[in-house]
Amino acid sequence: MSEQNVTNILVVGIGGQGVMTATEILAQAAIALGHDVKKTEVAGMAQRGGVVSSHLRFGPKVLSPQIMPGTADLLVAFEAAEGLRWCHMLKPGGLVLLNTAHIVPPVVDIGLYQYPDDPIGEIKARGYQVHAFDAMAIALELGDVRLGNTVMLGAMADHLPFPAEALLDAILQRFAAKKPQMVELNRKAFEAGRAAEKSASRAESAEPVPAQ
Amino acid sequence: MASVMPAPSKSRLLLSGNEAVARAVWEAGCHVAAAYPGTPSTEMLEVISTYPDIYAEWSVNEKVSLEVAIGAAFAGSRAFCAMKHVGMNVASDALMTLTLTGVIGGLVIAIADDVGLSSSQNEQDSRFWGRFAHVPVFEPSDSQEAYEMTKLAFDFSEKHQVPVILRMTTRINHVKGLVTVGERIARPNTGGFKKDPARWVMTPAGAGKRIPLMFERDGALKAESEQSPLNVVESGRDARVGFVTSGPAYMHVKESFPDAPVLKLGLSCPVPVEKVRAFAATVDKLVVVEEVEPLVETELKAAGIACHGKDILPKQGELAPNVLKPAIAKLLGEPVPENLAQPAPVFPRPPTMCVACPHLGVYYTLSQIKNLTISGDIGCYTLGAGHPWNALDTTISMGAAMGIALGLDKGRGEADKDKRILAVIGDSTFLHMGMQGLLDIVYNRGNVTVLLLDNRAVGMTGGQPDPGSGRNIYGEPAPRVDFAKLVEALGVKKERIHVVDPYQLPVLFKTIREEIKIPEVSVIITDRPCVLIDDYKKQKPYEVIDEKCTGCGNCVEVGCPAIHVTRREKAIKPSGKEVELQFVRIETAVCTGCGLCVQPCAPEAIVHAEPRRPMRLVKH
Ligand SMILES: Cc1ncc(C[n+]2csc(CCOP(=O)(O)OP(=O)(O)O)c2C)c(N)n1
Ligand code: SF4
Ligand code: SF4
Repeated sequence: MSEQNVTNILVVGIGGQGVMTATEILAQAAIALGHDVKKTEVAGMAQRGGVVSSHLRFGPKVLSPQIMPGTADLLVAFEAAEGLRWCHMLKPGGLVLLNTAHIVPPVVDIGLYQYPDDPIGEIKARGYQVHAFDAMAIALELGDVRLGNTVMLGAMADHLPFPAEALLDAILQRFAAKKPQMVELNRKAFEAGRAAEKSASRAESAEPVPAQ
Repeated sequence: MASVMPAPSKSRLLLSGNEAVARAVWEAGCHVAAAYPGTPSTEMLEVISTYPDIYAEWSVNEKVSLEVAIGAAFAGSRAFCAMKHVGMNVASDALMTLTLTGVIGGLVIAIADDVGLSSSQNEQDSRFWGRFAHVPVFEPSDSQEAYEMTKLAFDFSEKHQVPVILRMTTRINHVKGLVTVGERIARPNTGGFKKDPARWVMTPAGAGKRIPLMFERDGALKAESEQSPLNVVESGRDARVGFVTSGPAYMHVKESFPDAPVLKLGLSCPVPVEKVRAFAATVDKLVVVEEVEPLVETELKAAGIACHGKDILPKQGELAPNVLKPAIAKLLGEPVPENLAQPAPVFPRPPTMCVACPHLGVYYTLSQIKNLTISGDIGCYTLGAGHPWNALDTTISMGAAMGIALGLDKGRGEADKDKRILAVIGDSTFLHMGMQGLLDIVYNRGNVTVLLLDNRAVGMTGGQPDPGSGRNIYGEPAPRVDFAKLVEALGVKKERIHVVDPYQLPVLFKTIREEIKIPEVSVIITDRPCVLIDDYKKQKPYEVIDEKCTGCGNCVEVGCPAIHVTRREKAIKPSGKEVELQFVRIETAVCTGCGLCVQPCAPEAIVHAEPRRPMRLVKH
């Protein structure tokens, strides 16, 4: 949190992945707990496969809506290379929750640019922590790719300055209003994301120990 | 959009600046709201159209939208109009005389400046219009203020019988914040239009009499600005630097320098010069923080108030804390905060056309034809300038493809003697400002082939309807323009007009090849819908049979984002030439089966995908 007790969460990915919806739900959870909230994104042409970065700031009073480089408390990356692109926004040593999916744009396909060989390794080399998991696979396992969004929210649950239940409530409320038949599946997706993040976190803390 | 129950009064809602303005327009009892879409302003009208008891429309261009609003305001109703910054360039002819007549019903014009260029062809400062047209400018700095100022602007407009500009920027339009909303006050228009030619008919004589009244009004506005609670001093204990600021920059200043005294300008034109003078006397240094141009700064300096501004701050882009803090540290002779971690170099993700976009086949075809100069326009099809097509040579402003093509034809140099001139324009852009240009080409016997890409929508801004869609802003059936008849009426010969399916590559290719050879104006209309709208129907998706793919890469040239290169290999052709082979796969889950990429695939490696059960990727 910054000096004014404001929490900065940056959620990044690609148009169509549900980045903005995820941040919106997170914002609703913060509002329900009485926080002031501002949310902004640069998503000029998100519809057409562009980069989306959604800034969420909440606390007693939020002034500027933008998170400045080096000040994000948490980075949530819906795609691996996007995690690398935005990691400089984190506080030194900060944490990236990362979906391991690689989404390759046409400029890479036609050979103009290269997709990084090891985005996670590069993020770590810059001194940040990474908890990585395959959110798409978890969502497919539950039967619907669109649950990826909720899986990512579940992954954030234990890294927020408020109880995980507040976030779950915000998700379920949204679905209860729009698609009641999806409530249970989303609860499962949330828990699956939360569990995947936990085991990724455990794997990371175990990492320095040489293999036995 | 269908109307929904508006949230009750006193609700605290998370609203974008655009949504907040829409709510306020409705609460203010506004009767008529008109706009032409344009990022970042589009959602204002989209959201207004969901409220009851207000007429909303998509107009054909910004000038018409302002004129509709003017008519309603002349008739005594409250009226609203929204546009992106460049829209006012188009609408300004009306604005510059509207300022002489003034209004009866309150008229608020929201202009969205794309500071930071997230999606525009230029970055311009709409606060200039306030000075140019002698009209007041309100500048909100977040959603709550956007909501409150919109309501105040209607009252102000009626009090001074003047249109009011609400200057927003992307960082207001698209930022969500909490807004406490209020009650709607209905304002039945009982008075109606009052005949008064001396006021409403602007002849030279009439206008001559209104100009002194405008100057008189300038004085009244100035007095308002000096006293307005929207222009407020917020004291601070660190008086080394005092800030004069407005809009989103105000929030950035407060965030960066919480202890500094600030004079916040909410009614920023006319500038409350005396208020600033008094404020300046209380601080050591005065810094004006304004996005984009040094307007307030220049006016303060002209009034003899010493200040800093664009000498230490950039004239382009947003003035966020990471820009402000080092600039002020430098001014104070303090150590500049150290450079933070630098972004990692990662490939760009430029916007692409959608999977199966009807423009893909057009650009694929154009990329195969040599000796063309292609005058382009603004819309999704501007992306044709990029990879893999590289088939668009100019873009300036909406509708400009027509006039520029004619100019390229009439002004051609020796070297371009045999060049064919082609113009590409979308349906919405053609109706916005392109028709007149085509008429000019016909009238002056230009040698131009026009490709009119009718996808029945304003694709670029999210698929809004236009007069080519057959639907209005509410999704209700509306008269649909017949483009073939329209261009025929403009004088294009019937045999030079072709309507083609852009997914039929051989027909498209043949039609373009034939028409560019004929030295007169032709119009080729493509007629398949944008994939964003309901008219678009998905078909059975395709996949690539790995063993059959020879790596020719022809399908990659189509540019559909569902096609991915899986591996590259170098090979030597029988001629001895080295070529790079590109083997591909189709992301079947997103392919909509348009069949474009199938056509250039000689070995018939692209076939309909067989339905499969969803893959189980995780095993338990
Ligand atoms: C004066 C002006 N108004 C609005 C815009 C925003 N804008 C950009 S492209 C476009 C229209 C695109 O529609 P169309 O010509 O039908 O092409 P499509 O995107 O559907 O291919 C609009 C409204 C603009 N750039 N300039
Ligand atoms: S929005 Fe419509 S016109 Fe634009 S790229 Fe997508 S399909 Fe094409
Ligand atoms: S058929 Fe080919 S071009 Fe059309 S959507 Fe599918 S992959 Fe894209």
